Amino acid sequence: MQRSRIFGPLGLVWFLLTLAVIVYATRLGLLLSPPEATMGNVARILYYHVPHSMLSLVFPYVNFGASLAYLYRRRRDPLKALTADAIAISAAEVTVVYGSICLVTGMLWGRVAWGIWWTWDARLTSMLLLWLLYVSYLMLRKLSSTGQAHTLAAVLSVFAAIDVPIVYMSIRWWRTQHPAPVFGGGPDSGLDPSMKPAFGWNVLAWALWGVFLLAMRYALERRKQQREQDAALQAIEASLEMAQ
Amino acid sequence: MSYLGHVLVHLRKDLQLEWRSRDSVNGMLFFALLVVVVFSLAFDPTAAMSRQIAGGILWLALLFASTTALNQAWTREQRNRVLEAQRMAPAPPSALFLGKALSNLLFVAIVEVVLAPLFAVFYNLHAVGQGWLMAAVLPLGTWALVCNGTFFAALGLRTRNRELLLPLVLFPISIPALLGMMQATTAILTGAFEPGPWIRLLIGYNIAFTAACLLLFDTVLNAE
Repeated sequence: MQRSRIFGPLGLVWFLLTLAVIVYATRLGLLLSPPEATMGNVARILYYHVPHSMLSLVFPYVNFGASLAYLYRRRRDPLKALTADAIAISAAEVTVVYGSICLVTGMLWGRVAWGIWWTWDARLTSMLLLWLLYVSYLMLRKLSSTGQAHTLAAVLSVFAAIDVPIVYMSIRWWRTQHPAPVFGGGPDSGLDPSMKPAFGWNVLAWALWGVFLLAMRYALERRKQQREQDAALQAIEASLEMAQ
Repeated sequence: MSYLGHVLVHLRKDLQLEWRSRDSVNGMLFFALLVVVVFSLAFDPTAAMSRQIAGGILWLALLFASTTALNQAWTREQRNRVLEAQRMAPAPPSALFLGKALSNLLFVAIVEVVLAPLFAVFYNLHAVGQGWLMAAVLPLGTWALVCNGTFFAALGLRTRNRELLLPLVLFPISIPALLGMMQATTAILTGAFEPGPWIRLLIGYNIAFTAACLLLFDTVLNAE
Protein backbone atom coordinates (compact mmCIF):
# COMPACT_ATOMS: atom_id res chain seq x y z
CA MET A 1 0.00 0.00 0.00
CA GLN A 2 1.23 3.47 -0.85
CA ARG A 3 2.71 5.01 2.25
CA SER A 4 2.94 8.75 2.65
CA ARG A 5 6.41 9.81 3.67
CA ILE A 6 6.52 11.72 6.91
CA PHE A 7 9.11 14.14 5.58
CA GLY A 8 8.32 14.93 1.98
CA PRO A 9 10.10 17.78 0.20
CA LEU A 10 7.46 20.33 1.26
CA GLY A 11 7.83 19.18 4.85
CA LEU A 12 11.58 19.65 4.75
CA VAL A 13 11.31 23.10 3.23
CA TRP A 14 8.72 24.11 5.80
CA PHE A 15 10.87 22.81 8.64
CA LEU A 16 13.95 24.72 7.49
CA LEU A 17 11.93 27.87 6.90
CA THR A 18 10.38 27.55 10.37
CA LEU A 19 13.77 27.08 12.00
CA ALA A 20 15.10 30.13 10.20
CA VAL A 21 12.17 32.29 11.26
CA ILE A 22 12.40 31.02 14.86
CA VAL A 23 16.10 31.86 15.03
CA TYR A 24 15.50 35.30 13.54
CA ALA A 25 12.54 36.04 15.78
CA THR A 26 14.32 34.82 18.91
CA ARG A 27 17.31 36.98 18.08
CA LEU A 28 15.03 39.97 17.59
CA GLY A 29 13.21 39.28 20.82
CA LEU A 30 16.12 38.44 23.05
CA LEU A 31 18.80 40.72 21.73
CA LEU A 32 17.71 43.44 19.36
CA SER A 33 14.42 44.87 20.51
CA PRO A 34 14.59 47.54 23.21
CA PRO A 35 14.12 46.62 26.89
CA GLU A 36 10.66 47.34 28.18
CA ALA A 37 10.02 50.59 30.07
CA THR A 38 9.06 49.24 33.51
CA MET A 39 10.29 45.67 33.54
CA GLY A 40 13.49 45.79 31.56
CA ASN A 41 14.78 42.56 30.18
CA VAL A 42 12.30 40.45 32.14
CA ALA A 43 9.63 41.39 29.63
CA ARG A 44 11.47 39.55 26.86
CA ILE A 45 9.77 36.31 27.90
CA LEU A 46 6.58 37.91 26.66
CA TYR A 47 7.81 37.54 23.06
CA TYR A 48 7.60 33.81 23.73
CA HIS A 49 4.57 33.79 26.01
CA VAL A 50 2.10 35.94 24.10
CA PRO A 51 2.44 34.24 20.67
CA HIS A 52 1.95 30.86 22.32
CA SER A 53 -1.12 32.15 24.16
CA MET A 54 -2.66 33.57 21.01
CA LEU A 55 -1.96 30.42 19.02
CA SER A 56 -3.28 28.14 21.77
CA LEU A 57 -6.64 29.84 21.17
CA VAL A 58 -6.52 29.06 17.44
CA PHE A 59 -5.82 25.34 17.47
CA PRO A 60 -8.97 24.47 19.46
CA TYR A 61 -10.97 25.75 16.50
CA VAL A 62 -8.97 23.55 14.16
CA ASN A 63 -9.88 20.66 16.43
CA PHE A 64 -13.52 21.70 16.42
CA GLY A 65 -13.66 22.01 12.65
CA ALA A 66 -11.98 18.66 12.16
CA SER A 67 -14.33 17.02 14.68
CA LEU A 68 -17.37 18.38 12.86
CA ALA A 69 -15.92 17.15 9.58
CA TYR A 70 -15.38 13.74 11.16
CA LEU A 71 -18.97 13.55 12.45
CA TYR A 72 -20.31 14.63 9.07
CA ARG A 73 -18.21 12.18 7.05
CA ARG A 74 -18.40 9.28 9.47
CA ARG A 75 -21.13 7.42 7.61
CA ARG A 76 -20.75 9.01 4.20
CA ASP A 77 -17.03 8.48 3.56
CA PRO A 78 -15.27 6.64 6.39
CA LEU A 79 -11.79 6.86 4.89
CA LYS A 80 -11.94 10.64 4.56
CA ALA A 81 -13.43 10.79 8.04
CA LEU A 82 -10.25 9.21 9.41
CA THR A 83 -8.25 12.04 7.90
CA ALA A 84 -10.40 14.55 9.73
CA ASP A 85 -9.97 12.58 12.92
CA ALA A 86 -6.18 12.60 12.54
CA ILE A 87 -6.26 16.40 12.20
CA ALA A 88 -8.51 16.62 15.26
CA ILE A 89 -6.16 14.74 17.55
CA SER A 90 -3.11 16.55 16.23
CA ALA A 91 -4.73 19.92 16.86
CA ALA A 92 -5.78 18.87 20.37
CA GLU A 93 -2.24 17.81 21.24
CA VAL A 94 -0.75 21.02 19.88
CA THR A 95 -3.34 22.97 21.89
CA VAL A 96 -2.28 21.22 25.07
CA VAL A 97 1.41 21.83 24.34
CA TYR A 98 0.95 25.49 23.51
CA GLY A 99 -1.40 25.94 26.43
CA SER A 100 1.12 24.38 28.80
CA ILE A 101 3.85 26.67 27.52
CA CYS A 102 1.53 29.66 27.91
CA LEU A 103 0.69 28.74 31.50
CA VAL A 104 4.26 27.96 32.57
CA THR A 105 5.91 30.98 30.95
CA GLY A 106 3.09 33.16 32.22
CA MET A 107 3.70 31.87 35.76
CA LEU A 108 7.43 32.54 35.46
CA TRP A 109 6.78 36.08 34.26
CA GLY A 110 4.07 36.66 36.86
CA ARG A 111 6.37 35.59 39.68
CA VAL A 112 8.84 38.29 38.73
CA ALA A 113 6.45 41.01 37.58
CA TRP A 114 3.62 40.62 40.10
CA GLY A 115 5.34 38.66 42.86
CA ILE A 116 2.85 35.79 42.65
CA TRP A 117 2.97 32.50 40.77
CA TRP A 118 -0.74 32.37 40.17
CA THR A 119 -3.95 34.27 40.65
CA TRP A 120 -7.53 33.39 39.84
CA ASP A 121 -8.24 36.26 37.54
CA ALA A 122 -10.29 36.11 34.33
CA ARG A 123 -7.62 35.32 31.79
CA LEU A 124 -5.54 32.86 33.75
CA THR A 125 -8.56 30.91 34.89
CA SER A 126 -10.02 30.76 31.38
CA MET A 127 -6.69 29.57 30.01
CA LEU A 128 -6.41 26.93 32.69
CA LEU A 129 -9.93 25.72 31.92
CA LEU A 130 -9.18 25.55 28.20
CA TRP A 131 -6.13 23.46 29.03
CA LEU A 132 -8.22 21.21 31.30
CA LEU A 133 -10.86 20.73 28.61
CA TYR A 134 -8.31 19.56 26.06
CA VAL A 135 -6.47 17.35 28.50
CA SER A 136 -9.81 15.72 29.26
CA TYR A 137 -10.26 15.27 25.49
CA LEU A 138 -6.91 13.47 25.30
CA MET A 139 -7.79 11.31 28.31
CA LEU A 140 -11.08 10.32 26.70
CA ARG A 141 -9.24 9.27 23.56
CA LYS A 142 -6.74 7.29 25.56
CA LEU A 143 -9.29 5.47 27.68
CA SER A 144 -11.88 4.74 24.97
CA SER A 145 -11.93 1.42 23.18
CA THR A 146 -10.74 1.64 19.60
CA GLY A 147 -13.43 2.17 17.02
CA GLN A 148 -15.38 4.38 19.34
CA ALA A 149 -12.64 6.72 20.40
CA HIS A 150 -12.97 8.87 17.30
CA THR A 151 -16.69 9.48 17.59
CA LEU A 152 -16.77 10.01 21.33
CA ALA A 153 -13.86 12.42 21.18
CA ALA A 154 -15.51 14.32 18.33
CA VAL A 155 -18.65 14.71 20.42
CA LEU A 156 -16.60 15.93 23.37
CA SER A 157 -14.89 18.40 21.09
CA VAL A 158 -18.28 19.85 20.14
CA PHE A 159 -19.11 20.23 23.83
CA ALA A 160 -15.77 21.88 24.51
CA ALA A 161 -16.33 24.31 21.66
CA ILE A 162 -19.73 25.30 23.07
CA ASP A 163 -18.18 25.62 26.49
CA VAL A 164 -15.24 27.84 25.63
CA PRO A 165 -17.20 31.07 25.08
CA ILE A 166 -19.35 30.36 28.13
CA VAL A 167 -16.24 29.79 30.24
CA TYR A 168 -14.73 32.98 28.92
CA MET A 169 -17.78 35.09 29.76
CA SER A 170 -18.41 33.53 33.13
CA ILE A 171 -14.86 33.80 34.36
CA ARG A 172 -14.67 37.36 33.12
CA TRP A 173 -17.67 38.25 35.23
CA TRP A 174 -16.06 36.55 38.14
CA ARG A 175 -12.67 38.27 38.23
CA THR A 176 -10.35 40.75 36.67
CA GLN A 177 -6.76 41.28 37.73
CA HIS A 178 -4.73 40.58 34.59
CA PRO A 179 -3.30 43.78 33.10
CA ALA A 180 -5.79 45.40 30.77
CA PRO A 181 -5.48 43.91 27.28
CA VAL A 182 -2.42 45.31 25.59
CA PHE A 183 -4.07 45.45 22.20
CA GLY A 184 -7.21 47.54 21.93
CA GLY A 185 -7.53 48.02 25.65
CA GLY A 186 -7.69 51.82 25.87
CA PRO A 187 -5.85 55.02 24.93
CA ASP A 188 -2.65 54.06 26.74
CA SER A 189 -2.47 50.47 25.61
CA GLY A 190 -0.80 49.06 22.55
CA LEU A 191 2.68 47.90 21.84
CA ASP A 192 5.43 50.44 21.35
CA PRO A 193 6.25 50.56 17.61
CA SER A 194 9.89 49.66 18.25
CA MET A 195 8.74 46.33 19.68
CA LYS A 196 6.27 45.46 16.98
CA PRO A 197 8.74 43.78 14.58
CA ALA A 198 10.01 41.42 17.30
CA PHE A 199 6.49 40.61 18.33
CA GLY A 200 5.23 40.07 14.79
CA TRP A 201 8.14 37.82 13.84
CA ASN A 202 7.66 35.76 16.99
CA VAL A 203 3.99 35.24 16.25
CA LEU A 204 4.90 34.13 12.74
CA ALA A 205 7.68 31.86 13.97
CA TRP A 206 5.55 30.01 16.49
CA ALA A 207 2.60 29.82 14.10
CA LEU A 208 4.84 28.14 11.52
CA TRP A 209 6.18 25.82 14.20
CA GLY A 210 2.66 25.00 15.37
CA VAL A 211 1.60 24.10 11.85
CA PHE A 212 4.73 21.99 11.48
CA LEU A 213 3.94 20.11 14.72
CA LEU A 214 0.37 19.60 13.57
CA ALA A 215 1.49 18.25 10.23
CA MET A 216 4.08 15.91 11.78
CA ARG A 217 1.58 14.54 14.25
CA TYR A 218 -0.99 14.22 11.47
CA ALA A 219 1.41 12.18 9.37
CA LEU A 220 2.21 9.94 12.33
CA GLU A 221 -1.47 9.43 13.06
CA ARG A 222 -2.21 8.60 9.42
CA ARG A 223 0.56 6.01 9.43
CA LYS A 224 -0.90 4.49 12.57
CA GLN A 225 -4.37 4.42 11.02
CA GLN A 226 -3.05 2.79 7.83
CA ARG A 227 -1.16 0.21 9.86
CA GLU A 228 -4.36 -0.60 11.77
CA GLN A 229 -6.29 -0.92 8.53
CA ASP A 230 -3.64 -3.25 7.09
CA ALA A 231 -3.72 -5.38 10.23
CA ALA A 232 -7.51 -5.56 10.09
CA LEU A 233 -7.36 -6.58 6.42
CA GLN A 234 -4.83 -9.29 7.17
CA ALA A 235 -6.98 -10.61 10.00
CA ILE A 236 -10.02 -10.77 7.73
CA GLU A 237 -8.08 -12.51 4.97
CA ALA A 238 -6.61 -14.99 7.43
CA SER A 239 -10.06 -15.84 8.75
CA LEU A 240 -11.32 -16.34 5.18
CA GLU A 241 -8.48 -18.72 4.43
CA MET A 242 -9.20 -20.71 7.54
CA ALA A 243 -12.87 -20.95 6.65
CA GLN A 244 -11.88 -22.71 3.41
CA MET B 1 -46.31 6.84 20.59
CA SER B 2 -45.40 10.48 20.86
CA TYR B 3 -41.95 11.64 21.87
CA LEU B 4 -43.24 12.60 25.29
CA GLY B 5 -44.75 9.15 25.60
CA HIS B 6 -41.33 7.58 24.96
CA VAL B 7 -39.71 9.85 27.53
CA LEU B 8 -42.32 8.95 30.13
CA VAL B 9 -41.87 5.24 29.48
CA HIS B 10 -38.11 5.53 30.02
CA LEU B 11 -38.63 7.69 33.09
CA ARG B 12 -41.05 5.23 34.58
CA LYS B 13 -38.67 2.33 33.91
CA ASP B 14 -35.80 4.06 35.70
CA LEU B 15 -37.94 5.10 38.64
CA GLN B 16 -39.30 1.59 39.04
CA LEU B 17 -35.87 -0.01 38.84
CA GLU B 18 -34.51 2.42 41.38
CA TRP B 19 -37.46 1.99 43.69
CA ARG B 20 -36.83 -1.75 43.92
CA SER B 21 -33.36 -1.43 45.39
CA ARG B 22 -33.07 2.26 46.29
CA ASP B 23 -29.29 1.85 45.99
CA SER B 24 -28.54 5.08 44.22
CA VAL B 25 -30.56 7.41 46.37
CA ASN B 26 -29.38 5.92 49.66
CA GLY B 27 -25.80 5.89 48.52
CA MET B 28 -25.96 9.48 47.29
CA LEU B 29 -27.62 10.70 50.45
CA PHE B 30 -25.07 9.19 52.75
CA PHE B 31 -22.17 10.26 50.57
CA ALA B 32 -23.37 13.85 50.45
CA LEU B 33 -23.82 13.88 54.20
CA LEU B 34 -20.29 12.55 54.71
CA VAL B 35 -18.88 15.22 52.42
CA VAL B 36 -20.65 17.93 54.40
CA VAL B 37 -19.28 16.55 57.67
CA VAL B 38 -15.75 16.29 56.33
CA PHE B 39 -15.86 19.85 55.05
CA SER B 40 -17.05 21.03 58.45
CA LEU B 41 -14.02 19.37 59.98
CA ALA B 42 -11.84 21.03 57.39
CA PHE B 43 -13.14 24.56 57.87
CA ASP B 44 -14.99 24.78 61.21
CA PRO B 45 -16.57 28.12 60.32
CA THR B 46 -18.24 30.77 62.43
CA ALA B 47 -21.79 31.73 61.48
CA ALA B 48 -20.74 34.74 59.42
CA MET B 49 -18.02 32.92 57.55
CA SER B 50 -20.17 29.86 57.04
CA ARG B 51 -22.55 31.87 54.90
CA GLN B 52 -19.72 32.60 52.54
CA ILE B 53 -18.55 29.05 52.08
CA ALA B 54 -21.79 27.10 52.49
CA GLY B 55 -22.87 27.69 48.89
CA GLY B 56 -19.67 26.21 47.56
CA ILE B 57 -19.74 23.26 49.93
CA LEU B 58 -23.36 22.41 49.17
CA TRP B 59 -22.75 22.20 45.45
CA LEU B 60 -19.49 20.32 45.87
CA ALA B 61 -21.25 17.74 48.01
CA LEU B 62 -23.99 17.39 45.39
CA LEU B 63 -21.43 17.21 42.58
CA PHE B 64 -19.51 14.38 44.18
CA ALA B 65 -22.66 12.56 45.23
CA SER B 66 -24.25 12.73 41.80
CA THR B 67 -21.02 11.60 40.12
CA THR B 68 -21.07 8.40 42.13
CA ALA B 69 -24.65 7.69 41.12
CA LEU B 70 -24.48 8.67 37.45
CA ASN B 71 -22.29 5.79 36.37
CA GLN B 72 -24.66 3.32 37.96
CA ALA B 73 -27.57 4.70 35.98
CA TRP B 74 -26.14 3.32 32.77
CA THR B 75 -24.91 0.00 34.11
CA ARG B 76 -28.59 -0.89 34.46
CA GLU B 77 -28.81 -0.69 30.69
CA GLN B 78 -25.84 -2.91 30.15
CA ARG B 79 -27.16 -5.91 32.03
CA ASN B 80 -28.99 -8.43 29.84
CA ARG B 81 -27.77 -6.52 26.76
CA VAL B 82 -30.54 -4.01 27.13
CA LEU B 83 -28.42 -1.34 25.48
CA GLU B 84 -28.28 -3.26 22.22
CA ALA B 85 -32.05 -3.57 22.36
CA GLN B 86 -32.34 0.17 22.90
CA ARG B 87 -30.16 0.81 19.89
CA MET B 88 -32.28 -1.41 17.69
CA ALA B 89 -35.59 -0.05 18.92
CA PRO B 90 -37.28 2.47 16.62
CA ALA B 91 -37.82 4.89 19.52
CA PRO B 92 -35.77 8.10 19.33
CA PRO B 93 -32.53 7.65 21.32
CA SER B 94 -32.75 11.14 22.76
CA ALA B 95 -35.96 10.02 24.52
CA LEU B 96 -33.88 7.39 26.33
CA PHE B 97 -31.41 10.08 27.33
CA LEU B 98 -34.10 12.49 28.46
CA GLY B 99 -35.94 9.86 30.47
CA LYS B 100 -32.75 8.85 32.22
CA ALA B 101 -31.66 12.43 32.85
CA LEU B 102 -35.07 13.27 34.32
CA SER B 103 -34.93 10.25 36.61
CA ASN B 104 -31.45 11.26 37.76
CA LEU B 105 -32.76 14.76 38.34
CA LEU B 106 -35.47 13.35 40.61
CA PHE B 107 -32.96 11.27 42.56
CA VAL B 108 -30.60 14.18 43.11
CA ALA B 109 -33.56 16.39 44.00
CA ILE B 110 -34.54 13.93 46.72
CA VAL B 111 -31.01 14.15 48.07
CA GLU B 112 -31.15 17.95 47.98
CA VAL B 113 -34.48 18.11 49.77
CA VAL B 114 -32.96 16.12 52.62
CA LEU B 115 -29.57 17.80 52.51
CA ALA B 116 -30.50 21.49 52.33
CA PRO B 117 -32.26 21.65 55.74
CA LEU B 118 -29.39 19.65 57.24
CA PHE B 119 -27.05 22.21 55.82
CA ALA B 120 -28.96 25.05 57.39
CA VAL B 121 -28.72 23.22 60.70
CA PHE B 122 -25.02 22.36 60.51
CA TYR B 123 -23.94 25.82 59.48
CA ASN B 124 -26.56 27.88 61.33
CA LEU B 125 -27.64 29.36 58.05
CA HIS B 126 -30.35 31.75 57.18
CA ALA B 127 -30.45 33.60 53.89
CA VAL B 128 -29.62 37.29 54.13
CA GLY B 129 -30.55 37.85 50.49
CA GLN B 130 -33.69 36.65 48.73
CA GLY B 131 -34.08 33.12 50.05
CA TRP B 132 -36.91 32.18 47.68
CA LEU B 133 -34.50 32.43 44.75
CA MET B 134 -32.99 29.17 45.95
CA ALA B 135 -36.12 27.55 44.54
CA ALA B 136 -34.82 28.70 41.13
CA VAL B 137 -31.13 28.01 41.69
CA LEU B 138 -31.51 24.47 43.01
CA PRO B 139 -33.35 22.98 40.00
CA LEU B 140 -31.28 24.91 37.46
CA GLY B 141 -28.00 23.90 39.04
CA THR B 142 -29.06 20.31 39.49
CA TRP B 143 -30.21 20.03 35.89
CA ALA B 144 -26.86 21.40 34.68
CA LEU B 145 -25.01 18.70 36.59
CA VAL B 146 -27.39 15.88 35.83
CA CYS B 147 -27.86 16.58 32.12
CA ASN B 148 -24.17 16.70 31.31
CA GLY B 149 -23.42 13.96 33.83
CA THR B 150 -25.88 11.54 32.26
CA PHE B 151 -24.51 12.32 28.81
CA PHE B 152 -20.87 11.85 29.77
CA ALA B 153 -21.65 8.72 31.71
CA ALA B 154 -23.08 7.32 28.48
CA LEU B 155 -19.97 8.54 26.66
CA GLY B 156 -17.80 6.51 28.97
CA LEU B 157 -19.90 3.36 28.92
CA ARG B 158 -17.53 1.16 27.00
CA THR B 159 -14.26 2.77 27.98
CA ARG B 160 -11.79 1.19 30.33
CA ASN B 161 -11.78 2.79 33.74
CA ARG B 162 -15.29 4.09 33.29
CA GLU B 163 -15.77 5.42 36.82
CA LEU B 164 -12.63 7.50 36.56
CA LEU B 165 -13.53 8.98 33.22
CA LEU B 166 -16.79 10.62 34.26
CA PRO B 167 -15.32 13.18 36.66
CA LEU B 168 -12.35 13.79 34.35
CA VAL B 169 -14.62 14.80 31.52
CA LEU B 170 -17.57 16.23 33.45
CA PHE B 171 -15.78 18.64 35.76
CA PRO B 172 -14.01 20.82 33.17
CA ILE B 173 -17.14 21.18 31.06
CA SER B 174 -19.30 21.95 34.09
CA ILE B 175 -17.10 24.67 35.54
CA PRO B 176 -19.14 27.63 34.24
CA ALA B 177 -22.29 26.03 35.63
CA LEU B 178 -20.57 25.26 38.93
CA LEU B 179 -19.39 28.82 39.14
CA GLY B 180 -22.93 30.02 38.43
CA MET B 181 -24.62 27.84 41.00
CA MET B 182 -22.04 28.45 43.71
CA GLN B 183 -21.95 32.19 43.16
CA ALA B 184 -25.74 32.44 43.02
CA THR B 185 -26.09 30.46 46.26
CA THR B 186 -23.43 32.55 47.98
CA ALA B 187 -25.12 35.73 46.76
CA ILE B 188 -28.45 34.57 48.15
CA LEU B 189 -26.98 33.50 51.47
CA THR B 190 -24.77 36.52 52.08
CA GLY B 191 -26.84 39.17 50.28
CA ALA B 192 -23.51 40.79 49.32
CA PHE B 193 -24.05 40.89 45.56
CA GLU B 194 -26.67 40.23 42.92
CA PRO B 195 -27.46 36.59 42.08
CA GLY B 196 -29.22 37.68 38.86
CA PRO B 197 -26.34 37.41 36.38
CA TRP B 198 -25.37 34.00 37.72
CA ILE B 199 -28.91 32.69 37.44
CA ARG B 200 -29.02 33.95 33.86
CA LEU B 201 -25.72 32.20 33.19
CA LEU B 202 -27.20 28.97 34.53
CA ILE B 203 -30.27 29.33 32.32
CA GLY B 204 -28.14 29.98 29.23
CA TYR B 205 -25.81 27.11 30.06
CA ASN B 206 -28.73 24.74 30.55
CA ILE B 207 -30.35 25.68 27.27
CA ALA B 208 -27.11 25.32 25.32
CA PHE B 209 -26.06 22.02 26.80
CA THR B 210 -29.47 20.38 26.93
CA ALA B 211 -29.79 21.08 23.22
CA ALA B 212 -26.30 19.70 22.58
CA CYS B 213 -26.98 16.56 24.63
CA LEU B 214 -30.29 15.84 22.92
CA LEU B 215 -28.83 16.35 19.46
CA LEU B 216 -25.66 14.36 20.01
CA PHE B 217 -26.96 11.44 22.05
CA ASP B 218 -27.84 9.48 18.95
CA THR B 219 -24.21 9.75 17.79
CA VAL B 220 -22.89 8.56 21.11
CA LEU B 221 -25.29 5.62 21.38
CA ASN B 222 -24.29 4.41 17.94
CA ALA B 223 -20.63 5.26 18.27
CA GLU B 224 -19.25 2.09 16.76
